[in-house]
Amino acid sequence: MKGATMDEFVLRALLGALTLAALLGPLGSFVVWRHMAYLGDSIAHAALLGVAFSLIFTAVPMTLAILAVAIGVAFVLHRFGRDARFHADTLLGILAHGTLALGVLLVALSRQRVDVNAYLFGDILAIGWGDVALLAMLAIVVGGLIRLSWKPLLMVTLHPGIAHVEGINVKRTQLLLLLMLAAVIAVAIQLVGVLLITALLIIPAATARYVATTPGRMALLASLIGMGSGALGLFGSLAVDAPSGPTMVVVSCFIFVVVGAITQLRRPIEQRDE
Amino acid sequence: MITRPSALQKTDTSAPPLLEAAGICKFYAGREILHDVSLAIRPREIVTIVGPNGAGKTTLLSCLLGLTRPDRGEVTRAEGVRIGYVPQHFRPHSSMPLNVRSFLELYGMRDDNRTEALAVQLDVDAVMDRPLTALSGGELRRVLLLRALLKSPQLLVLDEPTQGVDVAGQGEFYRLLKSLAESQNLAVLMVSHDLHVVMASTQRVICLNRHICCEGAPERVGADPQFKALFGEELAKQLALYHHHHSHAHGIHEPAMEHHHHEGCNHG
Repeated sequence: MKGATMDEFVLRALLGALTLAALLGPLGSFVVWRHMAYLGDSIAHAALLGVAFSLIFTAVPMTLAILAVAIGVAFVLHRFGRDARFHADTLLGILAHGTLALGVLLVALSRQRVDVNAYLFGDILAIGWGDVALLAMLAIVVGGLIRLSWKPLLMVTLHPGIAHVEGINVKRTQLLLLLMLAAVIAVAIQLVGVLLITALLIIPAATARYVATTPGRMALLASLIGMGSGALGLFGSLAVDAPSGPTMVVVSCFIFVVVGAITQLRRPIEQRDE
Repeated sequence: MITRPSALQKTDTSAPPLLEAAGICKFYAGREILHDVSLAIRPREIVTIVGPNGAGKTTLLSCLLGLTRPDRGEVTRAEGVRIGYVPQHFRPHSSMPLNVRSFLELYGMRDDNRTEALAVQLDVDAVMDRPLTALSGGELRRVLLLRALLKSPQLLVLDEPTQGVDVAGQGEFYRLLKSLAESQNLAVLMVSHDLHVVMASTQRVICLNRHICCEGAPERVGADPQFKALFGEELAKQLALYHHHHSHAHGIHEPAMEHHHHEGCNHG
């Protein structure tokens, strides 16, 4: 009987990790192309405020609170994210660290017996079937939206001005990307934590960049690489009894370094051929 | 190849304009960047906007293209007009793996004779499989021009199209542009700094310094005192082509030349 429950929570964690990694592939590619890594961090850090709110106002479900905060931050960034007096990373840094600190403070002040670490680094082994179902729904909706608006998303990334003249609604497309990112980050936080989610966004996408020849293949490959390192990381963490989120990130980094090294070693030969 | 026997390009002044601006004003940080700018681009005419740095040239293009909303005035497009746009700055980041062919396909390139002929004419057929980020400045310009032509536009809008291209390349680019305009029945609106090259290939010059100072045929604008004040006697002389020089005093009243006067306008 004990063996059966073990299997089930591992299965849930595995399904969660695979679904999440599949989603993070294309989104992470856009994060890499549009240098939005710090923006992803800001949304994730701010989401800790959502955790704090749901601890204080216990009637609000945590996932909903996190989602509301993440989307709220996305809207604020979309509307007020630019100030010519500062580089974007200055404002994002203030937002990211300010909200992270405020979140930790509010969690402490809520006087609930909770482990902040669970939200900073996540606990994928603790997810329930409801979380898996939510992830699956998100995968269908976000995956479908990315597929439908793939070309506009790419055009807006390449040159907003040209995209506009070609008849694309630039603002709406940018907002769509931001909202998809916020929703996925909000759900992902319970799995891998606010501090590591950006790593899972950018590392598989960056690894895929070494190999891919088109944007579409890079997004797909990022999903596959993410799914591979998610599964490897999960089972590896179980084998050595270590936290899963950090293990997955370490595995991703390892794959990135290996693929990068191979690419660098092969490059001189390719260049000679040209 | 598109070696249709090219009749001399004729501007149809009776045709309704493809793009029209009426009394455009644009403020930026409390400063008026554009003041009461009105212009119309008709089918098959080549119009060049010149002006000193900070004259509002790019802002004007942005208003015309709908990238920026003017604070006053109105921009009207002909029904169903197709516009091809070549921006001033376009430097894709190499974090996105993208070769020229996939880039062009993203904007609707099809594998047909017209595209193929254009690629040959623009001399980009050989770089189709190269990464976008591995192109030289001139190659990238020509790829962007091909991209703008993909949907058979009636109007091509170019913002400083030869920035980062050497002088020899500039001359070539404008010759190419002119022959394209003829073979594709294009109207061309561009902003440019390359005065002496541009003037050889443009039909109408609009001299902008936050408002339209003067406009007309290149040699007439070159003879205009306001133009001289803005660009200096030497450059103006190059434009005026001497044989028009003696008539410049009457230029103001000639029909081909419009002269705009504004109060408080300072050409120091």
